[in-house]
Amino acid sequence: MAVIEVEHVRKEFTVRRGGVLGQRATLRAVDDVSFDIAPGTIVGYIGPNGAGKSTTVKMLTGILVPTSGRIRVAGLEPTRQRIPLARRIGVMFGQRVQLWWDLPLIESFDLLRYIYRVPAERYEANLRAFREILELDPFLRTPVRQLSLGQRIRGELTAAMLHDPEILFLDEPTIGLDVIAKQRVREFLVSANRERGLTVMLTTHDLADIERLSSRILIIDHGRIVYDGDVEALKERYGTERILVVDLVEPAPPLEVEGGRVIRVDGPRQWIAFERARTSAAQLTAEVASKAALRDLAIDEPDIEDVVRRIYGDARPAMGPTERSSTA
Amino acid sequence: MLAALRLDLEYAKRGYRRYAAYPAATIAGVFVNAVFGFLRAYVLLALFAQRDNIGGYDGATAVTYAWLTQALIMTVFIWGWRELALRIRTGDIATDLVRPAHPLRAGLAFDLGRALYHTIYRGIPPFLIGALVFRLTLPASPLVWLAFVISVVLAVTVSFAIRWLYNASAFWLLDDRGVTIIVGMAMSLFSGFMIPVPFFPEWLARVAAATPFPSIIQIPVDIFIGRVVGTEVLIALATQLAWAAALLLAARGAFALGVRRLVVQGG
Amino acid sequence: MADLLDALRLYVRLVRARLRAQLQYRTSFVLDVIGTFLISFLDFIAILIIFANVPQLGSWSASEVALLYGIATLAFALTDLVVGHLDGFPQTIRDGTFDLVLVRPRSTLFQVMTADFQIRRLGRISQAIVVLAYAIATLRIDWTIERAVVLVGAVVAGTAIFISIWVAVICIAFWTVEGREAANAFTYGGVTLAEYPIEIYDRWLRRFLAYVVPVAFVAYFPALFILGKPDPLGFPTWISFTSPAVAAAVAFVALGVWGWAVRHYQSAGG
Repeated sequence: MAVIEVEHVRKEFTVRRGGVLGQRATLRAVDDVSFDIAPGTIVGYIGPNGAGKSTTVKMLTGILVPTSGRIRVAGLEPTRQRIPLARRIGVMFGQRVQLWWDLPLIESFDLLRYIYRVPAERYEANLRAFREILELDPFLRTPVRQLSLGQRIRGELTAAMLHDPEILFLDEPTIGLDVIAKQRVREFLVSANRERGLTVMLTTHDLADIERLSSRILIIDHGRIVYDGDVEALKERYGTERILVVDLVEPAPPLEVEGGRVIRVDGPRQWIAFERARTSAAQLTAEVASKAALRDLAIDEPDIEDVVRRIYGDARPAMGPTERSSTA
Repeated sequence: MLAALRLDLEYAKRGYRRYAAYPAATIAGVFVNAVFGFLRAYVLLALFAQRDNIGGYDGATAVTYAWLTQALIMTVFIWGWRELALRIRTGDIATDLVRPAHPLRAGLAFDLGRALYHTIYRGIPPFLIGALVFRLTLPASPLVWLAFVISVVLAVTVSFAIRWLYNASAFWLLDDRGVTIIVGMAMSLFSGFMIPVPFFPEWLARVAAATPFPSIIQIPVDIFIGRVVGTEVLIALATQLAWAAALLLAARGAFALGVRRLVVQGG
Repeated sequence: MADLLDALRLYVRLVRARLRAQLQYRTSFVLDVIGTFLISFLDFIAILIIFANVPQLGSWSASEVALLYGIATLAFALTDLVVGHLDGFPQTIRDGTFDLVLVRPRSTLFQVMTADFQIRRLGRISQAIVVLAYAIATLRIDWTIERAVVLVGAVVAGTAIFISIWVAVICIAFWTVEGREAANAFTYGGVTLAEYPIEIYDRWLRRFLAYVVPVAFVAYFPALFILGKPDPLGFPTWISFTSPAVAAAVAFVALGVWGWAVRHYQSAGG
C-alpha cells in the first residue's frame, strides 16, 4: 500500500504577462505527473529551478489544489483533508522558519506539542531522543532568532518530528550548512528512517544528499517526470561524465589522451571530459602526466543540471568548471 | 558643475522610478487618502456650520485644505521614511561614502524625483476625487500657482532634511524607534496636517511657529487657498527657504559627525 | 465545544509565552508602553483643538464626542492588542511563510490571528480608558443598569466588529500584497470615522457606516442610548442594543471572506 499516490496530476497557473493589464497566459507547472511511493522509502525529488518540484510538494502537503488528477497521502486527500493530514506529516522548508522567532527553542517545541496534540509521554520520549541525537542542549533555551543556521536547522528538524509523522517533506534541508552539520542531518534522517520507518521526500540541489540518502530518485523537468528509479541506475545511465581539470606548467595545445576529450583550454589550464566507464581519474591523470608537465589538478563531478540536461539528450557536456572546482 | 547636475538628475530619475514600480501600492494609497479626505472634510464642515471664519479659513477653504493635505501627504512624506537609518544599521552606508556625490545631495535629488512621482500619482487623484464631490477653491492667478509649486519643492526639502536628521540618530542610538515616533507625532501635529495651525490656541500656535514643521504642509496649503497673499507669500517662502538651508546644514553636520563615529568605532 | 476550549487554551499558552519573552526587557517594555500611551493622544489633541474653536460638532458637545472617541478607541485598542499584527500578515504571503500555516493541523484563521501578541499595546488601551473616564466624569449621565450594560456591550461588540473588519480586509493580501495598504482605509479609517458623530457625514457615508462597514454600531448608536440623546437622523431607539447582533453578522461575513480567500490561494498559488 503506497503511502503517497500521485495519479495524472496537473497544475496550471494563470499568469499575467506585462503588469496589470498584460495578457493572460496559462503556465503548466506540473504536467501529467504520476508516481507511487512505498512507506519507508527515502525519495530524492530533483530537477532544475522552475521544474515543478515545489509545486508538486505543495500539492502533496495540502498547500495547493491540483488542477486535475488524484493525490492520496497517507490515504488522505491533501487539500480536502488538510488538518488530519497535517497531523501525520512533518514539513521542513530549509529557508523558511517555522519556529517562533522571539521565543526560546524549547518553548517552540512546547507550543508545537499542543498544536499537534502530542501525548505527554510521546513528547518527552521524542524530545529526549532528539536532544541527544542532534545535541540540542547547549542552545535549547536560546531564542530562535539568535541561533546559528546549523542550530536552527537542527531545531526545525526536531520540530518537524516531535509529533511522530509518518512522512517527512524536506525542502533544501542542508542548504548553507557546513560539512559536519550536513553529515549530522543525514545521519539523523537515516536513523529515523531505519528505526521509525519514516518515509522521506527530499527536495534538494545537493547531489551528495541524494547519493547518500535516497533509495529512489524522481527527476522532474518542465513539469514532467523524466526519471523514476534508483540511484545506481541513474548514475550508470547518465551521470557518467566527469571532468578532469589540469593545470599544466606551461600552456600547451589540447592534449590527446586515451579515454578523455578536451572540451576547453584557458592558458595552462585544460578541461578534459571522460566517461566513468571508459577510464578512471587515476588512469587519465597518468596519461596526462606522460604527455605534459603537470602542476595541479582537480575533478569536477557532474551536477544535477548536467544530469538532467543529458537525460533530455542534450549532447553538449558541461562547459567549464562547476561551482565545486577546487584548486588555484 | 554640469556633471554634478547631471548626476542629480540621474538620482532624481531613480527616485521617481523606484516608486513608480508599485502601481498597486499607489492605487491603494490613493484610496486611503480619499477616505481620510472625506472624513476631514466633513469634520471641518461641521465646524463651519457653527462659525463663518476660523483663523482665516471659511467652509470652502477648509474643505480645500482637507483634500489638499491628503494630496500632499505622500509628496512631503511625513511618515515612515527610514532609508538612511536602515543603511546605517546594515552598514551599506559605507558604499554610499565612496560614491561621487555626497550622500545628502544624492539623497535629496532622489527624494525630489520621488516627490514628483507622488505629486502626480498620489497628489492629483485624491484632489480630483475631492473636487468631484465638494467645491474646492483653486488659486486664481498663475503667480499663485507658481508660488505654490516653489513652496511644495521647499516643503519637500525641509521634510527631507528633518527625516535625514532623525534617521541619523541611528549612528548613535541602538533603538531609534522612540525618536522616530516623537518626531512623527510632532510633524503630524505642528505641520498642520491634522488640524490647520491657525485653529490652534494661541500658545500652541506659537510653539508650532518655532518649529520647522509648518513649512512642510501649512505654508504651501495657505498659499494655495489664498490665506496668505501678496508680500506674505514672499515671507512664507523665505521662511521655508531659511528652514531648508538651516536644516540641510544641520543634516550635513550630523552626518559628518556620525560618519566619524562610525569610522572610529568600526561599523 | 471541546475544540473551542482547546483553541482557547492554546491561545493562552501562546500569549503567556510571548509575555514571558517580552517582559524580559523590563525597561524597554515600560518605555514602549509609555510611548504608545503618549502617541495615541495625538488624535484626541485634534479633537480638543476643534472644541477650542466651537462648542458643538453637530448636536454633540465636547464631552459627548469624548464618549464616542473613548468607546471607539478602546474597542480599537483592544482589537490592536489581539490582531494588530495582521498588518504584517501580507508579508507572510509574499515570503511564503503562510504555506507553513497550511501545513499545521489547525485552522488557518486561528493560527494567523494568534500569530503575535504585543503587550506594549496596553499603552493605547490605557489612553482610551483615560479619555473614556474623562468623558464619563464630565457628562451627567443618568446611569441605569441598561446603560452600563450597553456601554460594556459597545466596547465588546465594537472590538468584535473591528476584529472582523480587519480580518476581512486583510484578505486583500491573497490577491495583491502590493496593494495591502487599502486595508488601512477600513481599519484605521474605520476607527477615525467612528470617533465622530455620524450625523456630520453626508447621507451616503452614514448609510455606508451603518449598513456596509458598520462602525456606527461601535460607538455612535450605543452612545445615543447611554446619553439619552434622541437620534437626529431618525433611527429607532432599539438600534442601540443591536451592536452584538451586528458584530455576529460581521464576524460571519469575515469568516466567509477568509475561507474564500484561502481557497483562492490554494488554487492560484502565491
